[in-house]
Amino acid sequence: MRHVISVLVDNEPGVLSRISGLFSGRGFNIESLNVAETLDPTISRMTLVTQGNDQIIEQIIKQLNKLVNVIKVLDLTGSDYVEREMALVKVSANTSSRAEILRIVEIFRGRVVDVSQKSYTLEVTGDEKKIQAVIDLLSPIGIMEIVRTGKVAITRARKNGSGPAEAREKETNNRR
Amino acid sequence: MKKTGAEILMESLKLEGVDTLFGFPGGAVLNIYDTLSRYSEEIRHILVRHEQGAVHAADGYARSSGKVGVCLVTSGPGATNAVTGIATAYMDSVPLVVFTGQVPTMLIGNDAFQEADIVGITRPCTKHNYLVKEVKDLALIIKQAFHLARTGRPGPVLVDLPKDVVAATNDFSYPTKIKMRSYNPTYQGHPMQIKRAVKLIAKAQKPLIYAGGGVILANASKELTALAQKFSIPVTTTLMGLGGFPGTSPLFLGMLGMHGTYQANMAVTNCDLLMAVGARFDDRVTGKVEEFSPHSTKIHVDIDPTSISKNVMVDIPIVGDARNVLKAMLKYFEEEPAQDWGKLRSEWLKQVGDWAKMSPLNYKSDGSCIKPQFVIQKIDELAKALVGDNFIITTEVGQNQMWTAQFFTFTRPRTLITSGGLGTMGYGFPAAIGAQVAFPEKLVIDIAGDGSFQMNIQELATAVQYRLPVKVAVLNNHCLGMVRQWQQLFCGQRYSQTIFEVLPDFVKLAEAYGAVGLRATKPEEVEPVIREALATKRPVVMDFVVDSQECVYPMVPAGSALTEMLLV
Repeated sequence: MRHVISVLVDNEPGVLSRISGLFSGRGFNIESLNVAETLDPTISRMTLVTQGNDQIIEQIIKQLNKLVNVIKVLDLTGSDYVEREMALVKVSANTSSRAEILRIVEIFRGRVVDVSQKSYTLEVTGDEKKIQAVIDLLSPIGIMEIVRTGKVAITRARKNGSGPAEAREKETNNRR
Repeated sequence: MKKTGAEILMESLKLEGVDTLFGFPGGAVLNIYDTLSRYSEEIRHILVRHEQGAVHAADGYARSSGKVGVCLVTSGPGATNAVTGIATAYMDSVPLVVFTGQVPTMLIGNDAFQEADIVGITRPCTKHNYLVKEVKDLALIIKQAFHLARTGRPGPVLVDLPKDVVAATNDFSYPTKIKMRSYNPTYQGHPMQIKRAVKLIAKAQKPLIYAGGGVILANASKELTALAQKFSIPVTTTLMGLGGFPGTSPLFLGMLGMHGTYQANMAVTNCDLLMAVGARFDDRVTGKVEEFSPHSTKIHVDIDPTSISKNVMVDIPIVGDARNVLKAMLKYFEEEPAQDWGKLRSEWLKQVGDWAKMSPLNYKSDGSCIKPQFVIQKIDELAKALVGDNFIITTEVGQNQMWTAQFFTFTRPRTLITSGGLGTMGYGFPAAIGAQVAFPEKLVIDIAGDGSFQMNIQELATAVQYRLPVKVAVLNNHCLGMVRQWQQLFCGQRYSQTIFEVLPDFVKLAEAYGAVGLRATKPEEVEPVIREALATKRPVVMDFVVDSQECVYPMVPAGSALTEMLLV
């Protein structure tokens, strides 16, 4: 099963390679990975998507927790969270297809960010299904190049009160 | 007053209580060595002959004493030579701090002379590592390095020191306290989990304790012994756990696993409750995982959560320090209704005893040649007669290691020092040197093979230089015995590259280094040679020319269930 894991780490050089080394060294796979600073500039948040059975995911979370530079690990899968991904898509555009491309962009609330005589570059944001739907629709027209950010995710706030929803924090057994 | 980075290093080491360094100089650590010479009264430096030897010696020092072992090596090849030693310590959770020289910061990444990205290279085989970029960070990093090395699940920490950083100056103040927001090991086991475990142990008809190196690292031998004895629970240990439970106790079943005793492997397969303490269900222990201890409820006590349910799913995980958890168990047992535990488990204990009688550890001998097991039994007998418990045995890796585990009886923790996880040939001799440095008065014996001993034989010069009276017992079978054994059993007796056509004359070689060389070629010569070696206050190499065809039994072929043992 696919899991979205959010990891808070020290914002230091070498931390990314510790994380990626952990995955490659133990034969785990990273499907996508996203890193950026948090409000606290000494901390970065990594959002990574990985796949595996329960035992593998448990090992991944424990191993992440074991790294000295890892502050907190949250497995978002199974909890209430919002995920987004952005894609930049360069589509070949000729006189007959230009209108169709623009219609698709509008339907998916995307934007045209660059235009030339032979192409449009589109920006699309959404969850994975939406990005995939756009790609499926644009493919027959001719996608020249595509760049995707990979997922970012955040837990949903409680609707009836304040504070974030409880993510499934595998804390009890996972701290060193 | 401002201090240089090198002075900060020395002052910090003193404050960490370090009085011994194992190392080898070079260009990138020139300043440090220059400064070290001014600290020679307080910090003793042992000059090894190869950096791998430095790390193994520091490792032997750490395992025998429980203190952090410290080494200092130069950049590039000095650092890469240390890698095997670091990986060895990592696999066996040994607390080390390894200082490596590095080219000046402005040259890093330029493929400079003797530059290696040692932080990158050692990332997967250290508990953590650091590149010190500015002298102002040095003291804090050293403090963190020692803290990480000795706390939680111990392990090696590497600190890379660029030449300009140790030459730069800064005010020195060593942090007294340390708090790392991302590093907080769990020492106390969860009380509910411990209580649940105790209830299960109390009820179990056929319980078994499987203890590993964690018992020794956590100094939990006393508590383990108390628990086992009080509640009549038989104990088997891993290679790393030997000495953690008295080998003379009637409850002790010997080592389990690939070369474990028949008794231990049968017990682990048939028990109804298995409590693992400070062990990690290594493949050499479990054999075929699917058939490992199939009928048991499993309790696992370990300080490292990643060890739990990694290979074998357990029912009751308890994350915590082995000593604390066992203490808590003893306490909660008081709340259980009193029972005659010996009686409750008499049937199980009888069954376990019957297995021991059915197939005890054994070897065949017709008296025509020296059997390696016989040499080990004689060392056991004569060493204990001479010094009692005041000995430390190290081993190399291979048959010599397994026979030592089987035929030498260990009764106290930290008396067996061996490379269990990584299985590093060439480990035993430098480790013996480190143990002898830690305990100059103890009898230190490296039980070696002719193959392994040659991998760090250059350290004979170190032993002679520092007058370390280490004894090396070479079980010389003229081959790489363990690999030869596998080839005999699994490769149709095709001995591909395992028979040594040329071996040095170990007696002459010892003499060339200034040590003493002795040789035994017949069984009746074994005892006089050992006696003479033990009476000699200098490094001695004993060359025992043993049966080259001898195999280690019992043996569970890799990937088979533990019950599928090849017996003698």
